Amino acid sequence: MGATFERLEQRTFYLLVAAGGLLTLLGLGAAHWMEERGHVVTGMDNQVVWGLPHVFAIFMIVAASGVLNVASIGSVFGQSAYKTRAPLSGLLSLTLLAGGLLVLMLDLGRPERVIVAATHYNATSVFAWNVLLYSGMFAIVAIYLWTMFERRFNPYAKAAGVAVLVWRFMLTTGTGLIFGFLVARQAYQSAVLAPLFIVMSFGWGLAVFMIVQSSMLTWNGRRLDAAMRRRLARLLGVFVAAALYFVAVYHLTNLYFSRQGAFEAFILRDGGVFPLLFWLGYAVLGSLVPVGMLFQPRLSDRGVVAASALVLLGAFAWLFVFIIGGQSFPLEIFPGYLAHSSFGDGAIAHYVPSWPELLLGLGGIGAAFVLTMVGVRVLDVLPRDDVAATASTARR
Amino acid sequence: MRQIAALLATLTALAAGGAVAADEARTPRPVVEAARAGTQCVEPADVMRRDHMRFLKHQRDDTVHAGVRGAKYSLKECIGCHASPTTQSVATGETNFCTSCHSYAAVRVDCFECHSSTPQAVVQQGSK
Amino acid sequence: MKTDPAAPPAESKPRRRGFLGVAAAGMAGVALAPGIRLIEIAQAATTTTSAGANPAVRWGMLIDTTKCVEGCTDCVDACNTENGLAPATRPTDPQWIRKIEIKQIKTGRTASLPVMCQHCAEPPCVEVCPTGASFKRADGIVLVDRHSCIGCRYCMMACPYKARSFVHEPLADQKSDVPRGKGCVESCTLCVHRIDKGEKTTACAEACAKAGHGAIVFGDLNDPDSEISQRIRSANSVQLRADLHLEPGVRYQGL
Repeated sequence: MGATFERLEQRTFYLLVAAGGLLTLLGLGAAHWMEERGHVVTGMDNQVVWGLPHVFAIFMIVAASGVLNVASIGSVFGQSAYKTRAPLSGLLSLTLLAGGLLVLMLDLGRPERVIVAATHYNATSVFAWNVLLYSGMFAIVAIYLWTMFERRFNPYAKAAGVAVLVWRFMLTTGTGLIFGFLVARQAYQSAVLAPLFIVMSFGWGLAVFMIVQSSMLTWNGRRLDAAMRRRLARLLGVFVAAALYFVAVYHLTNLYFSRQGAFEAFILRDGGVFPLLFWLGYAVLGSLVPVGMLFQPRLSDRGVVAASALVLLGAFAWLFVFIIGGQSFPLEIFPGYLAHSSFGDGAIAHYVPSWPELLLGLGGIGAAFVLTMVGVRVLDVLPRDDVAATASTARR
Repeated sequence: MRQIAALLATLTALAAGGAVAADEARTPRPVVEAARAGTQCVEPADVMRRDHMRFLKHQRDDTVHAGVRGAKYSLKECIGCHASPTTQSVATGETNFCTSCHSYAAVRVDCFECHSSTPQAVVQQGSK
Repeated sequence: MKTDPAAPPAESKPRRRGFLGVAAAGMAGVALAPGIRLIEIAQAATTTTSAGANPAVRWGMLIDTTKCVEGCTDCVDACNTENGLAPATRPTDPQWIRKIEIKQIKTGRTASLPVMCQHCAEPPCVEVCPTGASFKRADGIVLVDRHSCIGCRYCMMACPYKARSFVHEPLADQKSDVPRGKGCVESCTLCVHRIDKGEKTTACAEACAKAGHGAIVFGDLNDPDSEISQRIRSANSVQLRADLHLEPGVRYQGL
């Protein structure tokens, strides 16, 4: 077959793993601190109950679902150029999911009770569905990877790919419906959140994939074929534009309803950091600029990585506005009334992220990074366009 | 064959050694404070030692979900009898009833993060 | 047709089947018997002394906001004392009941009222709890089973009344009737520990009556002769966010 399994130079590899490991340890230390002292050491309170860790966790979980798009285009829709990318896509999905769930579980008020969550299920709770969907995701993606690596099972890769596609649609829908099912807060309670999260997942997942792929190829002294790069860049541009469309529809609908007017004014104009993050962070830097870049006819590798990084910046900005801005706006218990109380009724909550929360979130990224590094070293996941072009597509 | 015999011999030796180690004088024991004088536990000590966690686990569901109070395995009743006369608690001092065995067995006792470990003046109206 | 030399002779097949049948029956018996024995033990062991939650009852509250005094916090103080809550000073401090001062934007009319867990008949907090720790008791009281609560705070996101609080710090000196601790979510229990012992009212209602305001009435909504049912029948009362159709057990007059 020829192409030997190339490895990153030993020292660089171990340095990177050590850096990621250190980040993960800091995150675990922060989680321990939060568990010992209670959530009073964070910026969360009784109004903003989900803070920065949830921003990181939901980003990683949604990206974990979306990164499998590359594999789906290969296995399910039969595009051979994508088939060589499917194993890396599967690996990234597993590691991102692991990192995201790590952050989510460590942010619990009682993380030692995860076993209770695993053994007691409330059938109406989206969270309970998600426990099953996320664990099932690990299993299904692992089986999918197996069908790609084990030559005897290559014929089953398509079926496994279809199963993965269906499962991740359910999973991302479930993630969107965590918020969509909440009737209490004006930011949520919308059915459009389910497709919105799905389309967001496409963009975020592909952006992560592009960055990881580019790094891997560079470290192995290879280059991404220009035509392939353009295809992927255009695809990312389409995904980001589609996500922007859903966000626009969400806000336009809200603006149309008088009862949502005050909330929209808060998010889009008066809310201080939230409009700033939304317009500058998400809309301009996170969507319009990258889309403009990605559709350039001659885009360099650095340009694609930069555009992908901007997309991820936009992801964090949007999630911060969505999760934290959505909670900062007061609940409307008395429509038509102004309210104030000792419990923050009628008042905008002021959330300030704390160091333990940031470290915990970064710890999740670190864990995903370490797992990816190890996986990339141990498994043969490097995308090979030259091999893919010549070798039979029946291989995978 | 020889390996099996060697294995059996080792296991027997360990068991015998274990039996020897059960000699009272050589084993540290937890210092467990006695319960209030004149009271009788709802179960014999050896049953409680083995099963108290099971009793409490089922009783708590009855209490929380069904609202049954003052039943046989009520935690408050346990605390009422077993609270130490010096610390007024079952879990603050090292020799207190719950802490002594739990620290000896190195099993974290989670109950008193939420439950009070002291018997406050419990107004018994219509129960017990 | 060649007979397979490894095939068992014909007459041992019924014997094997018979053996399997007896073995299966025996295993079933062995599996079931301990369960039956345990049920015997369970029924013999628990000597219930309090009757427990009565499904025929639905506990509720009626709050007359016209009798509620602005700036008065007797109900809040009584709740804190009864349940062992420290007076709230920070946004992280739990508050099971709080006084809200409201002012109608169009008319300028003001009112003062206490808001606590509304003990809905269709509680969103119960629907979203992943472990089932947030639950509705047979008599309508919505509670948190802190043995199952993992502290995910999803119920806090789901509650339209901001009724739930999260315990952000380690606690000490809990009341023996009201266990509560770090990392779990909590809310007004309608003084369930008092109700189960046969007391007739909650701490907040009692304190309000003692102070002479009488703004809070607690009682059985399913009993047509209870004071609360009579009052609801005679004068208009509303539920907060009635448009959500959650069917709260707490009603307000004078809004």
